[in-house]
Parts: sequence; structure tokens; C-alpha cells
Amino acid sequence: MGIVDVIFGFNALVLVASAIGVISSRNTVYAALFLVLSFVTSSILWLLIEAEFLAIVLVLVYVGAVMVLFLFVVMMLDVEVAAVREGFTRYAPFGVIMAGIVVFELLTLFWARASGLPIAAELVRRAPDASNTREIGVALYTNHVFEFELAAFILLLAIVAAIMLTLRSRPGLKAQDVAAQVKVRREDRVRIVKVPAERGE
Amino acid sequence: MMAFADSMLAFLPEPLRAVALILLQILPLLVVLILCVAFLTYLERKVIGYMQQRIGPNRVGPRGWLQPFADVIKLICKEVVIPGKANRFLFLVAPLLAIVPALATWAVVPLFPGFAIADIDAGLLYVLALTSLGVYGVILAGWASNSKYAFLGAMRSAAQIVAYEIAMGFALVGVLMASQSLNLGDITEAQSGGFLSWYWLPLFPLFLVYFISGVAETNRAPFDVAEGESEIVAGFHVEYSGVAFAVFFLAEYANMILIAALTAVMFFGGWYSFFAGEPFAFLAGLGLGFLREPSLIWLCAKIAFFLFCFLWLRATFPRYRYDQIMRLGWKVFIPVTIVWILAEGVMVVAGVGPWKGIS
Repeated sequence: MGIVDVIFGFNALVLVASAIGVISSRNTVYAALFLVLSFVTSSILWLLIEAEFLAIVLVLVYVGAVMVLFLFVVMMLDVEVAAVREGFTRYAPFGVIMAGIVVFELLTLFWARASGLPIAAELVRRAPDASNTREIGVALYTNHVFEFELAAFILLLAIVAAIMLTLRSRPGLKAQDVAAQVKVRREDRVRIVKVPAERGE
Repeated sequence: MMAFADSMLAFLPEPLRAVALILLQILPLLVVLILCVAFLTYLERKVIGYMQQRIGPNRVGPRGWLQPFADVIKLICKEVVIPGKANRFLFLVAPLLAIVPALATWAVVPLFPGFAIADIDAGLLYVLALTSLGVYGVILAGWASNSKYAFLGAMRSAAQIVAYEIAMGFALVGVLMASQSLNLGDITEAQSGGFLSWYWLPLFPLFLVYFISGVAETNRAPFDVAEGESEIVAGFHVEYSGVAFAVFFLAEYANMILIAALTAVMFFGGWYSFFAGEPFAFLAGLGLGFLREPSLIWLCAKIAFFLFCFLWLRATFPRYRYDQIMRLGWKVFIPVTIVWILAEGVMVVAGVGPWKGIS
């Protein structure tokens, strides 16, 4: 057993444990943190199969940006444990169906491997100086540029839609208009009044 | 030097030797970094003191040089008070989550020609990924303290970091377009030469955006609303004391040094000499030829300069209002970077400018 197997085994165990932690911990903040841990460990697993770019991007995007916002929402929501418990029996059938599908998929994977289909049976190891990032870039911007642009367009649409959903123009909102603040002149603000001095009795 | 260390460790078995060698490289860097942090706190008080016509600390040791050690001993001796209703585990883990990314990023920073502890190919992405992790310490500290002020500070800080990280990322996209590499060593080497061949000149707007976003990311004045004393006492670390507070303090200053180092590497030629150009050839005649060679001295000098800028900014500017911070991040910096990246793309394709053409 080489060092790679040790690293893989350890991280795989942590990954499974933290994934169980996500769905079993009562404190929602702990659940979110377990999700962060499982992202980090899976990125280490990706490093082992020489997918450096994807591994770092997983940490950058999901841990660095998505989970931060997620954690925020979770911290500010006051989740009632009792209400969540109530829903459990109602959603349990869906959960069972999903689990069944996943198990079926895993079984087909094992079956495919056993029947000798060439799927990721052997990892193609590259030279140490091969640039993962460059290869992904070349593939993305030349052969798959149409799909890439399509995905970008869908994302843009989602951003615009999200902004439109949360944008509300309340009447009587007292927001500061920076341009108006900069343009202000002394004459608009200050009025010099001449008050005659009081005369003593 | 590496070969010498390797022969010293020859008695160890092969896998252990590799680990020991890496530890031998990490240890000096860490010690120097922590000493730098200690004296940076002293420097900050001194510099701001002189800028405000005061003397600053001058009681402990000659000219106050031992002040940082006095501070450290005081903080270590103090009790770490854990608030009654705080989440004990997260309360104690949060400072560690703040300090680890600030130190781990140094692994990829190229220190002198041909050397970084981990000379990895996707170094720039690694830097971005790790700097984005620093926010966890702040958020968890704010939440775990179970205090309104701490939570408000954490919310402000996280919104600010998320906003400025995008501008920072875009500024670095400009750097990688110019150098055609994600490896920090290669980025430095692409700027070889004197003062005028570094990227601050062709990428000037991106340099400004990067450095100002760096100040905002480290929660330093004038962007320190996360700890705005006048409004929310001390922000996310209100409830921290003793060593736990010291670790947050250490993380803030380590982050400052890191941002200064990254600015030096990305935009100011890293280890390259200021005097590399032809007009400074006379230096060799004066016996100062070593100043024209690329070396660690120059990287340190540049880091020191940017650290001074941090302190200078703090002494000069009043604190930004919160909505102005958001406006600057989203409505000014991001458009500026996008426009400059487009302009740079046109220049790269047209072959104008100092960068390599597309291969």
C-alpha cells in the first residue's frame, strides 16, 4: 500500500463521515460546516487523480464563495427543529426513491467495470510538467466554445432573473444618491439670515 | 543549500526525508513571518505616531524595540474568556481558521530566483482559493460569540470580502493574460528587467484595483467597518481575549504582509531589481553591483514599501461609510477591471505592449 492509497483512504473516510454529518447534525451551522469539509476532502481526492485545476476551482468557487453565502443564510434563519422533523415522514418516500436510484447507478457502474468496458479503468498519468489548466482552457475555448458560451448565457440569465426577483422599489425609500451628494452647492444648503441684535432694556 | 540539507537528512528513509525537507523550508519562513508581524505592529504604532506628531511606544527596551514582545507576553498571560452562551468549539476554532490561510498561501510565493516552497503550476488559483477561505474565521467568530455586535461585524466583513474578491480576481486575470501563466515564478520572470518592464505600468488600473481591494480584504482602515469602534465596539472579535485575540491580530497582520508580497510579485516584478536598467550601470563601478541583481532583498524592499502604504493609508483617510464601500466595490472596481481586461485583450491580439504575443 503506497502513500497515495493511505491519503485516499483517509480522505475518503473523512468525506463519507462529513457527508453523514451534513444530514444528521441538528445544528444547521454544523451541517453547513460539514458540507465545507466534504468539499475540501473531495478536492483532495481530485488532486489524487491529477485534476489540479478542478480541485482548486472547487475550493475557490464552492468553499470560498457559495458556502460563505450559504452559511450566512443558515445563521440568520431561525430553523425550528420540530418543523423539520414533521416534514420527515412526508418527504421520506422521495428520499428512498432517490437513494434507490443512486444505488442502482452505482451497481451499473460496478457491472460496467466488471464486464470490461474501458471506463476510467486506468488513469492516464501525465508528465509532471503537463499543464492541466492550459489543456482545459484549450478544450473549452476551441472545441467546446459553443457549449461554453451557452452555459455562460444561461448563467447571465440566472443572474438577471435573481436580481429581478429580489429587486423591489418601495415607495418612500430613503436611499442616498451619491451623484446628488457630490453636486451639492453651498447655496442649496445654507441660508444666511440677518437677525437684528436684541436691544437691552 | 537544498542539496546540503538533503545530505544532512540522509539517515532518514525516503518518504520521511521529503517531509523533513519541506518542514525545513517552512520553519524559517514561518519564524521570519511571525517576527515580521511582531515588528509590523511596532512599526504601525511608530509610523502613525510620527504622522500624528507623537513619539509612539518608546518605553520597553531601546527606543521601544521590545514593545511587541511585551505585548505578546501580556496577551499570553491573559485569560481567554469564553462567553457563557457562546458555541465553545467554534469560538476556539475560528481564530485558527483565520490564521491558517494567511500562512498557507506563502507556500507558493516565489521568494528568490527559482525558489518557492511549492512551485505549483496553478499558483495563482491557489492564492485566490486560499485568500477566499480567510472569511470563514471572521464569520464563525461572529456567529459563535453569540453577541449582536460580533455578528454585525461578521456580516459587514463577509459582504465586503465577497464584493472585493471579484474585483481582485479580475485584476489577477489581467496579470495572467499578460504573463500567459498561472505560476507565480513564471509571472515574475515575465516581468524581467528594470522598473519600467514591470506590470504596474501596462496594468496600472488593475494594480490600483488590486491593492485597494487587498486593503479592503484585510479589513484595514479605511475599510475597517468590520471592527468600526464607534459603531459596533470591535466587530467580530469583541468577545475575544488573551491568546485567541492574539491569533486574530496575527492573522490580520500576516494577511497584510501577504497582500503586500502578492502585489510585489504580480505588479512590481517580485525579486527583480529596481536598478536593472541601463542608466544604473554605474552602480557596478561603485561596488554596489549586487543591487542590480535579482534577489530576495528586492522582494523584501517592495513588501516593506507596500506595508508602509498600508500604514500610511490608515493614518490618512477617515473610515468609509458602509454603502460607499459597496458602491466602490461593485460599481467602480468591477467595471474598471472588465474594461481594462477588454483593452488588454485587444492589445495582446494586436501585439501592442510589453507582453508576449499569443502562441
